[in-house]
Amino acid sequence: MSDRAAASRQLAPPVEGERKRKSQWRSLLAASGYLAPAVILLGVFTFYPLFRSIYLSLFETDFMARPILFMGLEQYRELLSSPRFWESLRVTVLFTLYTVPVGIALAIPVALMGNMQIKGITFYRTIFISTIAVSTAIASVIWQWMFSPTVGVMNDILRTVGLDPIRWLQDPKWALISVAITTVWKDLGLNVLFLLAALQGVPDELYEAARIDGARGWTLFRSVTLPLISPTVFFLMVVGTMDAFRSFTQVHIMTQGGPLRSTSVLVYSIYRDAFINFRYGFASAQAVTLFLILIALTLIQFRIGERRVHYQ
Amino acid sequence: MSAPKRKFWQRLGVYLGLTLTAAIILFPLYIAFSTSLKTPSQVFVQPYQWVPDPVTWENYPRVFQLVPLGRFLWNSVVQSTMTTLGVLITSSLAAYAIVYINFPGRNLIFGLMLATMMVSGEVTIIPNYLTIHRLGWVDTFWGLSVPFMATGFGIFLLRQFFMQVPKELYEAATIDGASRLRYLLTILLPLSRPALGTLGVYTFLSTWNQYFWPLIVTNRTAMRTVQIGIAMLRDSEGDAWHSIMAGVTIVTVPAIVVFLLFQKQLIRGIVGGALKG
Repeated sequence: MSDRAAASRQLAPPVEGERKRKSQWRSLLAASGYLAPAVILLGVFTFYPLFRSIYLSLFETDFMARPILFMGLEQYRELLSSPRFWESLRVTVLFTLYTVPVGIALAIPVALMGNMQIKGITFYRTIFISTIAVSTAIASVIWQWMFSPTVGVMNDILRTVGLDPIRWLQDPKWALISVAITTVWKDLGLNVLFLLAALQGVPDELYEAARIDGARGWTLFRSVTLPLISPTVFFLMVVGTMDAFRSFTQVHIMTQGGPLRSTSVLVYSIYRDAFINFRYGFASAQAVTLFLILIALTLIQFRIGERRVHYQ
Repeated sequence: MSAPKRKFWQRLGVYLGLTLTAAIILFPLYIAFSTSLKTPSQVFVQPYQWVPDPVTWENYPRVFQLVPLGRFLWNSVVQSTMTTLGVLITSSLAAYAIVYINFPGRNLIFGLMLATMMVSGEVTIIPNYLTIHRLGWVDTFWGLSVPFMATGFGIFLLRQFFMQVPKELYEAATIDGASRLRYLLTILLPLSRPALGTLGVYTFLSTWNQYFWPLIVTNRTAMRTVQIGIAMLRDSEGDAWHSIMAGVTIVTVPAIVVFLLFQKQLIRGIVGGALKG
């Protein structure tokens, strides 16, 4: 009896292990049916093209994007030594500087107003975030009309207040700023929405305690509100920067990169090289560069963001 | 000044500030709409006519003759509906497996799905265009929507929701003899309506607003979506801003109505999408 028990104990592990392996297989089989649609689609339209972009960037391609000549990192070297690339990178960085800090700085007072606890505030809040319902394409067409140099409303306003009219989108000095104004307006709703959510998370007791200590107005904002919404502000900075680096629609509709390439942002340059000049390999090198920039921004968000920003 | 009187003036000031801010934000939309009510000569008059006088509605029927705006709207509806349904189906199936089936490599698969959120569409657009081209899907609804029918964000959002549903419910149902698929379809998905609504509205609107992808995978006018169609209208009509703004208004009004109706779901989707990083 005891012998038998000992024997079965000895036999048990392999049998159990086999059963476990079997049930693992069965669960994998069961899961794969549910996972297949998502896995296939993400594989074909996200993972494959990511690696294909990297692969293509190492080749000279023909007009059908067939790789014909292995170039190694030659196209990256061409990219890094091309003034056009640096020009479009400079334009992209400038565009980011014009849109992100300004957009957030404008959104904070609007969100503070929307956070007041008074009658009818929901109505105003809805208006404050309403630009999220407007697409970038629509915003671009509307502002292009407002920027019309002779008959547009913006120059009418300038004339009314006694200033000289500006050739907004036609002037290399003003074109990028004009596209940035459009973007700031379009993104205002989104920025306000996030800031409102953050402000609603600030507990009332904190304000009360600060008020008892004598904090009012600006001091209250600086010492209580701002530190508490700083994670959101930081988040909006990073996401806004990524969006600015990815922007294309505004430029394609409003300026086609001009005048004098003054609005030729990175993605617009990818578009031109790939779909107008059919230099797929060279365009892929730019796309991979963009990918690396975006990854770097994500890492910055995770690393620095967690440390520097005040969390409650 | 007495206290109640001061309070009255203070409050008036607050509402004036709110109204002024609201007016500035709505200003471009007002310009678009008011321009759509102008005649050509009113558009080119100087100084700028802030309130159209007289008002004309002629631009609205006219814009449908200039470009197939109805067709553009239809294309966008089909594209956005197909993409949304695709995302809802693939996300709920995948999230279900990840939450309810303990299969080997589960964390790896989920991690890879999350990683796709870091790959933005601009990076993959060239090979994806070539894939669609090779499949013969240029100028088709498949080409417009299939590449976006699975997203890491959708899977993540539904996984978070599924995890909050008590596991006992699943055990009780399977003891009663319900199959896994049946539990998903008859119990879990109906329970998940809020999450599905959030994901659905968010996906629909972001697809509706797409520009770069529909620009390159459609060539024929009949397959253009509204966003591209409006840009085309601008190109073909040049200075006829009254017609262009009528088109802009027609396209923007449904988007604003959807925004007003589904504000809650949309906000949840956007703020949830914050986790995208």
